[in-house]
This record gives sequence, C-alpha cells and structure tokens, in this order.
Amino acid sequence: MSDHSTSDHSKSSPLPTYFGVWIALLVGTFLTYEIAKIDLGVFNAAVALIIATTKALLVALFFMHLKGAHEKLLKLVVISTVFFLFLLLVLSMADYGTRLWS
Amino acid sequence: MHDSSTAAVQSNASGEAHAAADNPALLHHFATEEQQRDSASLGMWIFLATEVMFFGGLFCAYLIYRGWYFGDFAAASTSINAALGGANTAVLICSSLTVVLAIWAAQTSQRGLLLAMLALTMLFGCAFLGIKGIEYKDKFDEHHVPGVSFSFHEEIPGHPGQYANPQHAQIFFALYFIMTGLHALHMIIGLGIFAWLFWMAWKGRFTPEYHTPLEIGGLYWHFVDIVWIYLFPLLYLIDRHR
Repeated sequence: MSDHSTSDHSKSSPLPTYFGVWIALLVGTFLTYEIAKIDLGVFNAAVALIIATTKALLVALFFMHLKGAHEKLLKLVVISTVFFLFLLLVLSMADYGTRLWS
Repeated sequence: MHDSSTAAVQSNASGEAHAAADNPALLHHFATEEQQRDSASLGMWIFLATEVMFFGGLFCAYLIYRGWYFGDFAAASTSINAALGGANTAVLICSSLTVVLAIWAAQTSQRGLLLAMLALTMLFGCAFLGIKGIEYKDKFDEHHVPGVSFSFHEEIPGHPGQYANPQHAQIFFALYFIMTGLHALHMIIGLGIFAWLFWMAWKGRFTPEYHTPLEIGGLYWHFVDIVWIYLFPLLYLIDRHR
C-alpha cells in the first residue's frame, strides 16, 4: 500500500490493515507476557518497552490515522508531544540516575 | 437526510461559495468540510498532548522509584495477577478494533454495523472495568491498598529469605492505584462519550460525509488504549522470571 492512498478511504478497503494491526497487537501482548517469564537479565525491561512502543506506534499510525496525515500543524503537535515527553523523562532520569555518582 | 435547503439559504446569505453547502453539519466559520474535520482533529491532538504530559509525570515518578527500590517494586508487582492484566490488554485491543470498524461502518453507510460496533466497544469497556474491579478486590482483601491497614510480607524475587520493605512496596501500590485508577477514570469517561456517540448514531446523525464525532471519540479511546499498553508491562511484569 502506498503512502498516498491511505488518506482516501473510498478507493481501497482499510479492513485488511485494521485486522492485521489487531492481530499484531494481540501477538505483541502475548509475547510481552511470555517473554517476561524468561530471564534476559537487564534486557527484560528493554524488550518489554520495545514491544510496548511498537504496539503504541501501530495504534497511532493505523488506528489513529497518523500514517497518511497530511496536515503539517498536526505533525508539529505530535512531534512536539513526543519531544516534550522525551525531555521530561530523559532529563529527570539523567538527574536521579546520576545522584549517587558524586 | 436533514433539511438541506436551510443550509443552502444560510450559505447564500453569507455570500460565500461553499464547496459543500448542502451539508447541515458544516459550520459557517469553516470554508470546507475538510477544514472543519482537520480543525476538530487538531484540537483533539492538542488535548491528547496535554494528556501525554499528565500521564508522563506519573510514569516519570514510577521510573525514579522503580530505580531506587527495584527489589521491593518487583515483589509488589509479582503479587498482582498478571493474567488478569494481560486479559485486560487483549480486551482493550479488541475495543480499539471495534472503534475503527465503527468509523468504517459510518464511512460506508452501514448503520446496523455502526451501532453494533459502538455497542461492542462499550461492552469491552465494561469488561475491562469488571476485570479491573476483580483485581482491585484482591488487593483490598490482601491489605495491599496504601493506608493505615496496609501490610506487605513478601520475599524479594530471586532473594530467598529477604523481605521487601513495606514502605517501599506501599509506594509501588500508591503508583499502581493512582495510575490504573486514573486510567479507569478515563475509561469511564470514554464509556460516557461512546454512549453519546451510540445515541447520535441511533438518531442517524452520522453519514459518510460527516462523522467527525466518531473520529474524535475514537482518538480518545485509542489514546487510553496506548496508556494501558505501557501500564501493563511496567506495573504487572517487573522481574516475573525469578
């Protein structure tokens, strides 16, 4: 499916995409649950967060229709949301994570 | 079909050549239906930005305390029923599917399917809250709710004979109840929104040309789903492998 056709609902049916994303999300949930039982050391949290972020991206891109969104103002809002969340988490963790160093 | 002649008269009176003047849902301060839809969507995304920062602060607090009291958090997390949390994740994902199917039904003029999908979405939402209620009841029975009756005597996973600090476990449960509680509150508000959408759909207000409320309500529902996608591994699955 090309990037240009997704914004037009009348041309092709979005149903295969919707059901595909749904199955991918269910598989992701199952994987999250099962992988948590396996000892991966420090990577358990990383794998869980990578799967969660992939699922969140699937929902945002295909269910919330960010893929194929053409309005620049909308992109600005979404990108600045992610940026400020990043700022909040990374600067806070940089502070609390390094307090024991001194 | 609504009274299209009124809209046409208003359009003429305003002296503007509206591209779709026959749509009574097009407000007079928008030039086209597309502009009206984009504006509504943009407004919703700005609201969701504030919601991201709102939940972001809680996630930040969670990450800091998890780093400090990891063993205690793992012990507290392991005491929660992860299967119920996983089932709830699946329930929410199914509800997100029924939301997009509802919008598709509106776009293709399938009134029966639209009503069925909206009803299913509300059913999934209620199932989520019911499962959440069972989970909360377990925590109340076990005295794991922060407060005067709080008590917690569990070993730290992977450290036999070493018990978690109840004070630190209480911080975990405070975050657990605040985050899942606020999420549940969002679900309840979402159910209200979808009950209203169902009523509007019942009255036949949504057409392939105009179904913006469905899309806006859908954005909200999907956002609440995304919050849960992160809450599930972070709250339920800390150090489960030990």
